[in-house]
Amino acid sequence: MSNTFLGMPTLPVFGRGNLNATEPFPQAAHRELGNAQLRANLGHATHTIRDKRLKVVAELPDWEDMRDAGSAIKNATMAQLPALLEQFEANFTARGGTIHWARDAQEANEIATALIRETGETEVVKVKSMATQEIGLNEYLEGQGISALETDLAELIVQLDHDKPSHILVPAIHKNRSQIREIFLREMEDVDPALGNEPARLAETARRHLRKKFLSAKVAVSGANFGLADTGTLAVVESEGNGRMCLTLPETLITVMGIEKLLPSWSDLEVFMQLLPRSSTGERMNPYTSLWTGTTPGDGPQNVHLVLLDNGRTAALADEMGRTALNCIRCSACMNVCPVYERTGGHAYGSTYPGPIGAILSPLMTGIKSEENNSLPYASSLCGACFDACPVKINIPEILVHLRGEDVDSKRAKAKVPTQTDLLMKGAEWAFSAGSRLNLLEKGLPAGRLAAGRAKVIKKLPGIGGKWTQSRDIPAPPSQSFRQWWAKEHGAPNAAAPGTTGEGTISEGGRP
Amino acid sequence: MRIALFATCIVDAMYPRTARATVSILERLGHEVVFPPGQACCGQMHVNSGYFAEALPVVANHVKAFDTDDYDVAVAPSGSCVASVKHQHQLVARRCGDGALEARAAVVGARTYELSQLLTDVLGVTDAAGQLGSHFPHKVTYHPSCHGMRLLHLGDRQLNLLATVGGIELVELPEADACCGFGGTFSLKNADVSSAMMEDKAANICGTGAELCTGGDASCLMHIGGGLSRQGSEVGTLHFAEILASTLENPVTAAGNVQLAGARR
Repeated sequence: MSNTFLGMPTLPVFGRGNLNATEPFPQAAHRELGNAQLRANLGHATHTIRDKRLKVVAELPDWEDMRDAGSAIKNATMAQLPALLEQFEANFTARGGTIHWARDAQEANEIATALIRETGETEVVKVKSMATQEIGLNEYLEGQGISALETDLAELIVQLDHDKPSHILVPAIHKNRSQIREIFLREMEDVDPALGNEPARLAETARRHLRKKFLSAKVAVSGANFGLADTGTLAVVESEGNGRMCLTLPETLITVMGIEKLLPSWSDLEVFMQLLPRSSTGERMNPYTSLWTGTTPGDGPQNVHLVLLDNGRTAALADEMGRTALNCIRCSACMNVCPVYERTGGHAYGSTYPGPIGAILSPLMTGIKSEENNSLPYASSLCGACFDACPVKINIPEILVHLRGEDVDSKRAKAKVPTQTDLLMKGAEWAFSAGSRLNLLEKGLPAGRLAAGRAKVIKKLPGIGGKWTQSRDIPAPPSQSFRQWWAKEHGAPNAAAPGTTGEGTISEGGRP
Repeated sequence: MRIALFATCIVDAMYPRTARATVSILERLGHEVVFPPGQACCGQMHVNSGYFAEALPVVANHVKAFDTDDYDVAVAPSGSCVASVKHQHQLVARRCGDGALEARAAVVGARTYELSQLLTDVLGVTDAAGQLGSHFPHKVTYHPSCHGMRLLHLGDRQLNLLATVGGIELVELPEADACCGFGGTFSLKNADVSSAMMEDKAANICGTGAELCTGGDASCLMHIGGGLSRQGSEVGTLHFAEILASTLENPVTAAGNVQLAGARR
């Protein structure tokens, strides 16, 4: 697979791994919408987090200023990313850590595997990490005879159920506590058959299951929320303390982090440690924030590695209109407020990154031409709730529209026969680029009125219009358009007469 | 004031009553309304579907029709179309490399207002019953459309105007700020999700016991109303301009296909 030794790779290098939808979004959404239990679980969970977030955000008088600061810091980071990465590498290395550079998912998996092999271990504990989900590290390790145990409670639930996470922060958001109880009873050893579905009992069961593993594990694998360039420090932000165990107890710690996770300075944490907890879990302060800088003799892991992952991030950075998607701090506020995500859940998006941010980030990283990812930018009504919620002000709706444009252009370049949508758009371009043309078309309104019949509604349209009438009627059109009425009232020949240019000024249009 | 009406394509072709209501309101306030005849559509459908090349002539047409000194401000009875004129037109021109069009689009966008914006911020309407004679003795709930709410930041402008209509009974819509699911071609490309969103919106509307749902965008109201009609509901949708235009002497008698009970001729 690898062409590492064949000189410079062709640019851009797109991301691989779990970044692709495997079927078009509308098809996946159709299936997920049919799952009533999923919709009930998701509706309840997203509304709960949404309300919590709104409450704690409203407490801060300077929230909007903080969002501006977060956005500015991230923009500045992206503008000087190569220099910051080198600065980070120098500081991390000077403090006893080792840096590895991975161009894509395959390289990152190979590096991590080799590092684990060096320790002689065949079992690792894992801190919740999006980057390792993205590269499919667990599956890769399994193929190499190494088992990876997820220690985040929700990740553990998903792993035990042989399922995939459906949310970046609450991976088991699609499961309720009764379902979780069943999974524990089925998959864990030594579980009391009388286990109820009270959250405290379930958490205790998981704690017992994990505690043995923490105490015996020699190797841990983590992701990272932030890398601070000026000190070479890594940060993990989590709620349970399980991450803290993984980060401190084993001898070897291997972290996989996307290159965009950098912040220029330690002091930038001031902004992000306020933005992230309030946006993600609706908490004022994060419960467990772990920071480590290289190694410290006699304290924590002595064998510390960082795999810096590109996997399509440079390609996203090269897209002038889309690059701010890399500013994402994985808070998941956008998915919690998204009316589409709320109804389809995360699995419909295919990629590790679901919801509004996933709908832009996945195609930016893989390229819009990749497999089914070209359907993701359309998975939005462009309602804008995500943009309002984003703590670093990523204009997701604008990037969605930009990527739709990229998709249309790329299909235009290769398609021989125009699609129904192409024809609709061409027709509308003609009709909407002159008032006289629209007027001409509007002469057909009485015919539509006739088609509506005595019931005065149209219940079925042909072709792509059938997608509308699958759930919605169309009212009978009026007997005349507004402009026809106006022309009669005000005697404006230009507005009414077909065949004229109709592009005159208002005075030409005339008033009585 | 000389006010240019941008009717928007959907109102022009499907809901001329909404544009006539807009004209009526403005004339009642003593303003002169003109209708630039070259106008057609804001081009939002093309832009939001990714058809930038096809959007360019549509945007150019709008700018040409409204780039004139013959009026003071322009108004449209739509938050979505005004947001497109204000924000998208420059983006389209820039993406297509037309700097001159971008500059002219900025000028047109800067003096285009959504109806409630114009009435509240420019024309100083604070009492619809007193200043416009608005009278509408019906139980009404209100859906704030996304683009007006999030792109134009209309806040409560439409709702505040409605609250001062004579005889009206306004009931709050639960989860009012949730998108109705229209989303332009989203309603076709992701028809299942769009319909699921519409069904939740319709259920919330019906739960209020209102006779009808009003709002500021004909497109969203067509989507919601079309869904209610398909479900056999007696609840209709009606643009808020028509409610403001309704008077004791000249009441609005129908919302969509629904005859309003108790309306007098």
